[in-house]
Amino acid sequence: MIAPVRALQRPQGGLAGLWLALVIAAALLAPILSPYAFDAQDLPNAYRPASAAHWLGTDEFGRDLLTRLVWGARTSLSVAATAIAISVFCGMVLGAAAAWFGGWLDRAVTVVVDLTWSFPEILIALILVAIIGPGTLGTMIAISVAYLAQFTRLTRAQILTLKGETFIEAARSLGASNGHILFRHLLPNALAPVLVSAMLATGDAIILEATLGFFGLGAQPPVPSWGGMMSAGSALVFKAPWIIIYPGLAVAITVVAINLYGDALIAALDIRQKLRRSP
Amino acid sequence: MTAPLIRIEHLTRQFQSGGGFLSRPRSMLAVRDVSLGIARGEAVGVVGESGCGKSTLARLVLRLIEPTSGRVSFDGTDLATLSATALRRMRRRMAMVFQDPYSSLDPRHTLTQVLAEPFQVQRQPLPPGTIAALLAEVGLPEGLADSHPQQLSGGQRQRVGIARALALRPDFLVLDEPTASLDVSIQAQIIALLADLRGRLGLTCLFISHDLGLVRYFCDRIVVMYLGAVVEVLPDPAAAPRHPYTHALMDARFAPDPAQRKRLAPLSGEIPSPFALPAGCAFAARCPHATDLCRRESPRLSDDPAHPVACFHPL
Amino acid sequence: MTALLDLASVSVSIGSAPLLDSISLRVDRGQIVGLVGESGSGKSLTAMAAMGLLPLIGGRVTGGNVRFDGQDMALMTDTQRRVLRGRRIGFVTQNPMTALDPVQRIGEQVDVVSRLHLGLPQAAARVRTLDLLTQLRIPDAASVAEAWPHQLSGGMKQRIVIAMALAGEPDLIIADEPTTALDVTVQAQIIQILGALVRDRGLALLLITHDMGVVAQVCDRVAVLYAGRLAEEGPVSDIFAAPAHPYTSALIGCIPQDGMAQGSLRGIPGAVPSALAMPPGCRFHPRCERASDLCRTVVPAPESCGQGTVACHHAGVIA
Repeated sequence: MIAPVRALQRPQGGLAGLWLALVIAAALLAPILSPYAFDAQDLPNAYRPASAAHWLGTDEFGRDLLTRLVWGARTSLSVAATAIAISVFCGMVLGAAAAWFGGWLDRAVTVVVDLTWSFPEILIALILVAIIGPGTLGTMIAISVAYLAQFTRLTRAQILTLKGETFIEAARSLGASNGHILFRHLLPNALAPVLVSAMLATGDAIILEATLGFFGLGAQPPVPSWGGMMSAGSALVFKAPWIIIYPGLAVAITVVAINLYGDALIAALDIRQKLRRSP
Repeated sequence: MTAPLIRIEHLTRQFQSGGGFLSRPRSMLAVRDVSLGIARGEAVGVVGESGCGKSTLARLVLRLIEPTSGRVSFDGTDLATLSATALRRMRRRMAMVFQDPYSSLDPRHTLTQVLAEPFQVQRQPLPPGTIAALLAEVGLPEGLADSHPQQLSGGQRQRVGIARALALRPDFLVLDEPTASLDVSIQAQIIALLADLRGRLGLTCLFISHDLGLVRYFCDRIVVMYLGAVVEVLPDPAAAPRHPYTHALMDARFAPDPAQRKRLAPLSGEIPSPFALPAGCAFAARCPHATDLCRRESPRLSDDPAHPVACFHPL
Repeated sequence: MTALLDLASVSVSIGSAPLLDSISLRVDRGQIVGLVGESGSGKSLTAMAAMGLLPLIGGRVTGGNVRFDGQDMALMTDTQRRVLRGRRIGFVTQNPMTALDPVQRIGEQVDVVSRLHLGLPQAAARVRTLDLLTQLRIPDAASVAEAWPHQLSGGMKQRIVIAMALAGEPDLIIADEPTTALDVTVQAQIIQILGALVRDRGLALLLITHDMGVVAQVCDRVAVLYAGRLAEEGPVSDIFAAPAHPYTSALIGCIPQDGMAQGSLRGIPGAVPSALAMPPGCRFHPRCERASDLCRTVVPAPESCGQGTVACHHAGVIA
């Protein structure tokens, strides 16, 4: 049985998987599921707590919080996941190329990666958003660059370790070409640890996206994002605490779930050793 | 006699080590001026202790690493003159069995994938039934075809390694300590299998080992290496050693017979570091027969074609 | 006479896996006993049991008892057992590369053993250390004592480990494959030095090895383990002259010898079974040439045979 399924069979993995499935389904089906439009204002019904009409209450413009939370999931998850996907792809190409070709390319990549590595992700992201300008696209690019170093480093370390394995030498002794060795042996063996670390990074990326959103640099109003919702709610924390509590909980539970599932995946793949060895 | 299948001429390989931030790189000669011919169908053994360069020699012969100087010809073709593509194509005729059966198979591949790989990389059609035939040839049940290496024992994995090496029916097989990481009972199984396959397929073999007993059992001719250089070539497995080092290697083996207990006379001293070879004979510091001449000058391998030895005072 | 080390029908499990089944083994003072078998036969586990170290790897004795000099190890306190190891039992590990502390000088590591176990002052301990190193044929002992472990070769390190085992003046040395990690010529050296030292001092040695040649060279008695059970035990001279158990004779036959004809080396077919899938009856029967229906169903009991014991339904019968 494949590892992602085995991870679900562990108790914490199963629970985490259930929550993630719920959030992803909600995000995908937002237009169908949500009872209101995310930007439908209803000023007379502003600041309402949870009720039968609004399960999670309404915000300062009377917009339905559940609707905005579900649409927010769509923004947050898609931005985080796309950013990490871009980051993983570029990181794997860079890391594999550096490890495979060595020489000046390896030195150049290592220097740039080490430089990026020495700044906190949030700082890199803030600088990039400042340059590109706020919005969904800017956030996405900023996050993917912020995590690029991590995946480049991990892939490079994996490939370097694998290059020394005897089965690589064995393939070479059979007359295998570089392409064969890279795509049949090196990348498939390096993939599992990189994907798990991507999974865990997605959790961090959701927080980073929320942080940028909180500073008003993420998705621009009226498009909802979890960070943006928390930003709006922060001023109203005593008047209508639920406006900030629900998106905050959504971020927290989702990130915890990603981490739990990631841990279960590491156990199922039995790659703890590999992950520790690399960066 | 016909031309040898493998001709090794003055093969030398230097390695650099260290050379970090503050340290100066050190260099060592892993293989020093080795010349050797291997006739078609012959099994030549290379024995020596760790650091004697025997594994480096194996890789140089197959050109898995580049020599610093000297050359290797395979069936009349100098391997250095071949383009990368031509060398890759040439590899269908030579194969290698590795020491460590645990890391020489890709953990993500099934046995079918492992055994199909030689055909794949050589762009050859895989005739139906080949996988099963290869498994049967090395004594593995066909039912293992879809298993992964982790599900196999060390001996079974080494059988897979042998099947992979033989898949394209090479002329020349290099065996790099094929049983060093196996139990004695399994070692004997694997050696028996290799001896049987060698006879049936008419293979030419280069057998690398630290175990003189094993090499004497398997090979027709034995090359003894010490710190990168050939010190003696035994023309047949039963030949009496002429070099004191070969003698010491034979002496170091304990026969499984309590009546033949040895007095304590094995070598004193240890192998010098290959990074700081002494002047003169590399073995002089450990040799009971060493004289001032040995410590001053380095003996060359004698031209005696019957039994070459590199020693000023052969036994 | 009381045996120095006496294992009486010892069974050991780790978790739910029964790994040793009723092993009896005795080492007398001044005796060198070899313990042989393939990997997975339980050699190292037997050594761990003899030193009371099983809890370290999550194992426990489930039957029989281990006595050292007449005292039941199970009845000792942890402190007593700790004093026993090092003071009365010295241990030599398989891998000398990891047995020494890399950040302590060689001399200090040997000194500490006699200071701790014999209560010697530092100066006297150092004198003893240098004496030991010299006896182990280490040239220029004084400068080796000042060296760091990484400056020494593998063979030299293994001699230091042996010196540490001897420093507490133990009665018994347990050596677990002490030469497997070393080069051939160095192996011969270490085995002979160890054998000679043990004999000179009248110590007892339990030598764990997979090499029948080593057993023939230095041991007085040998115990052959197979898949967690004792196959055969007896004086080395008897066992090598006429092995009663087919496994013993197969093990001896696995060593290529001078003048052996091509094709005469066959090995033992199959592999040691896993602890979780032990065959019924005699555990060796799937690999045995002499196996009969009896072997497939009934566990052979150890019976005395000459001056030893053997557990085989067809002991000594030439197939």
